[in-house]
Amino acid sequence: MNVLTHYETPLLQSPFHARTAAANKMHSWGNWGGYASVLTYEDLAMEHAAIRNTASVYDLCPMVKYRITGPDAAAYLNRLTVRNAAKLSVGSVHYTVWCDDAGKLEDDGTLFRLGAHDYRLCCQERHLPWLLDSAFGFDVAVREETEEVAALSLQGPTSAAALSAAGFDVTALKPFRMADFPFGRGRLMISRTGFTGDLGYELWTTPDLALNLWDHIFAAGELLGIRPIGSDALNLARLETGFVITNYDFTPAQQAVREDRARSPFEMGLDWLIDWDKGQFTGRQALLAEKAKGSKWAFVGVEIDGNISAEGAVLYHDRKTEAGVVTGACWSPTLKKSIALAQVERRFLAKGNLWAEIYALRELHYAKLMQRVRVVDRPFFAPDRRRATPPGRF
Amino acid sequence: MPTRSCDVIVIGAGPNGLAVAIRLAKAGRKVLILERQATERPGFAPGFTAPPLAHLSYNLDPRVEAGMNLSSHGLTWAAPVLDTTAVSSDGHHLRLSGRDLGKVDGPLSPEDRLAWAALSARLTRFASVLRPFRDMPPPRLAKGVGNDLWALAKIGLRARLMGKAEFRELLRMFLTNTYDVLNDELSDPLLKGALAFDATLGTWLGPRSPNSLLPWLDRLSGGGPRLPAGGMGALAASMRNSAMAAGVTIRSGASVGRALIEGGRATGVVLDGGEELRAPLIVSAVSPKSTLLGLVGPQALDTGLVNRIRHQKARGGAAKLHLALSGVPDFRGADLKTRLVLAPSEEHVERAFNPVKYGQVPDTPVMEVLLPSAHEAGHAPAGQHLLTAVVQYAPHNPADRDAARADMLKAALAQLEAHSPGIGGLITHAELLMPYDIETIWGLPGGNWHAGELSIEQMLFLRPLPGLSQYRTPVQGLWLASAGCHPGGGVSGTPGWNAAAAIERAGE
Ligand SMILES: Cc1cc2nc3c(=O)[nH]c(=O)nc-3n(C[C@H](O)[C@H](O)[C@H](O)COP(=O)(O)OP(=O)(O)OC[C@H]3O[C@@H](n4cnc5c(N)ncnc54)[C@H](O)[C@@H]3O)c2cc1C
Repeated sequence: MNVLTHYETPLLQSPFHARTAAANKMHSWGNWGGYASVLTYEDLAMEHAAIRNTASVYDLCPMVKYRITGPDAAAYLNRLTVRNAAKLSVGSVHYTVWCDDAGKLEDDGTLFRLGAHDYRLCCQERHLPWLLDSAFGFDVAVREETEEVAALSLQGPTSAAALSAAGFDVTALKPFRMADFPFGRGRLMISRTGFTGDLGYELWTTPDLALNLWDHIFAAGELLGIRPIGSDALNLARLETGFVITNYDFTPAQQAVREDRARSPFEMGLDWLIDWDKGQFTGRQALLAEKAKGSKWAFVGVEIDGNISAEGAVLYHDRKTEAGVVTGACWSPTLKKSIALAQVERRFLAKGNLWAEIYALRELHYAKLMQRVRVVDRPFFAPDRRRATPPGRF
Repeated sequence: MPTRSCDVIVIGAGPNGLAVAIRLAKAGRKVLILERQATERPGFAPGFTAPPLAHLSYNLDPRVEAGMNLSSHGLTWAAPVLDTTAVSSDGHHLRLSGRDLGKVDGPLSPEDRLAWAALSARLTRFASVLRPFRDMPPPRLAKGVGNDLWALAKIGLRARLMGKAEFRELLRMFLTNTYDVLNDELSDPLLKGALAFDATLGTWLGPRSPNSLLPWLDRLSGGGPRLPAGGMGALAASMRNSAMAAGVTIRSGASVGRALIEGGRATGVVLDGGEELRAPLIVSAVSPKSTLLGLVGPQALDTGLVNRIRHQKARGGAAKLHLALSGVPDFRGADLKTRLVLAPSEEHVERAFNPVKYGQVPDTPVMEVLLPSAHEAGHAPAGQHLLTAVVQYAPHNPADRDAARADMLKAALAQLEAHSPGIGGLITHAELLMPYDIETIWGLPGGNWHAGELSIEQMLFLRPLPGLSQYRTPVQGLWLASAGCHPGGGVSGTPGWNAAAAIERAGE
């Protein structure tokens, strides 16, 4: 008889678990896509500082990964996603999104072109049924490979130096390009990608080599200020650079229960991704109609007076009329400002005069603050080093 | 070389293709119909032409009949009202007459006689309340989408004017099944058998299937069965003649392989041979399923839509039997100029449906038999007879298609023999077309009568799919007009006529 024990370990462990658990001094775990994922290893400020000043390592394994192969892979992805996957060159990566028939976002993700007929799609949510349904009529194979890949994100000014010290020369690697290296008995793929808006790389290998990779990178980065970071620090960094996260900044269409909750690429400021000339993609007709008619919502970066994080704040026009909601906010350690991402109804955006209603809990009493909100360009923080090739020697 | 020779390309020269073509042509457009069939199918027996799929007219649209002026293009009726015989295997037949079949001759109890008269009148009344729905695009659920509120209000008012009790009864009938209604009201098995057969003819429903009464009401709203002089082939010919007289070009032997789509817009078609034909407006009068999945292709459509059309139900349960007979058959004295229904009881109809759910052939199928040659000469060589029958239920996708066809033929002939002893000895040739044969020859998906099942969840604004019910497709310039659209199948021309109206309204 089988012994049913799955309920004793409801969260999966990533291939790096032995190392992440040992480093997780605060025993601070969260659930990311069914995996035990570290929120803060030791100290949030130190971990954020590592992203912006030295090198940080983040366990990416829980990120959902799909492998799409076959002669129609490019055509399939062109129909699935809004961007032109055929134009993506082999060895390159691009950011993309995909929609349902109504042109509402289902997820965003990064698409890696590993070969002419071989792609990897990384995203936040699970989509296998939709991806398989979308494959009808295309000569492709689609499978989830989340558990077959071990991945780390190495981000920060000294990340390139750490890789050099580890024996991987990435000085010529441009943003959104990948390179392949022998590693142990297998291979290591390094892409110049990340979620921090800083100089950084993502390292991809197989689970059997995971612990070796961790040890190797940490040894190489020892004198370069390397440290593991949890999701809390990463969240600060992604807010500073203005990246969206599905289910934080918008509710994906396939999960939204309420009819008016789903958002389109126009409404999330992602319409720049759409290639209108490549032919059909799911949602195209609906998005063309929206383009002609105008969208209800906009997605913006804002600065807010004061130093209290505006997490979850309601935005008002003229302090009175509800105009939107903050989807992510923080006191930015880098900018020393209160910043936020927000969904705002377009009709109020033009008028300005926006305010955030912030409830600050002060010893069991809420202080209600009405703070002025200024719409600013995203990214809030964009250091030149993120793009410089060869990367600076920090 | 691409040629641009017309304003509209219609795919398929079935009744709906012809109806949409003629209406657009009469509005001044140059219309080209492309039809896959080269000529008539080869005859199935020496001296016999191949009968078309349909053998009776159940619901020819009066708007189409008048609008195409079919009478001046050769349409006359061999039997403008066709009586029905519920054939008994002991010779105690029932003859049903009148457009609602409400009058019965034969051995029937006075109670049943009265009850059926009342029930048939009620069903006919309900059918006539629903009738106007057939002539309009399905109402839409969303607000401010241009529903014809006046027409809808009229239907509602008529329904309400029947009185509260009748209105309530109508709503109950929408949702109930044929078996229960028959057994609530009647007791004679033979009568119930014939009615259960009529109710489910052409559907993939048994009398006991939920909502099986609604398609019956729809059938009744078409009026009773009629037989054109020269058979249904002559009706089709009159439609073609009328279309050609209106300037429509019909090109047969032209099988459309795919639609040409450029920048999200349909700009023409490519024939199987590779020839390109262009027109600013393309109307597909072949089923929505084959149009979207075959001619347009998933690549040019949204995933959600492709999913829904893939899962649209299209199972055919009717087979078509053609027999060449060396002499006149005898159905124990039944009038051969009537429509002969072989369905001993409503239970038989249900039992004939059970096996097809599992891809199997029923032992005792039920059927509707017609002898066109009993009405007039021309269907068979002198002294011989043509028998055509719709036989239910046949599996649409059995494991072994040839074996299923052979079994089905055997079972059908055994039923015929039981009702017409000695008929087996008259048979010189037999042809049985299973649903999959019908799909191959005529392109009806699954061999389904309605080019997509007609059942409550695929009717009105759900037909062929939610979001597609207005004859328009998401591909600009491509419209749907086949029986797969509202209000469904039969040689009616109604979907085609409605589609033309929708195209005109849209100003396309
Ligand atoms: C067994 C059976 C018996 C029936 N008996 C009757 C009956 O007695 N009375 C009745 O009223 N109805 C009957 N029907 C139903 C009736 O036949 C259909 O509902 C009706 O024919 C639908 O009309 P249509 O114009 O939409 O499609 P169709 O009549 O199917 O016309 C479509 C046409 O398109 C052509 N075509 C298909 N693909 C292509 C292509 N790629 N390129 C070019 N041309 C193409 C086909 O050859 C066909 O001629 C029966 C159906 C079945 C299955």
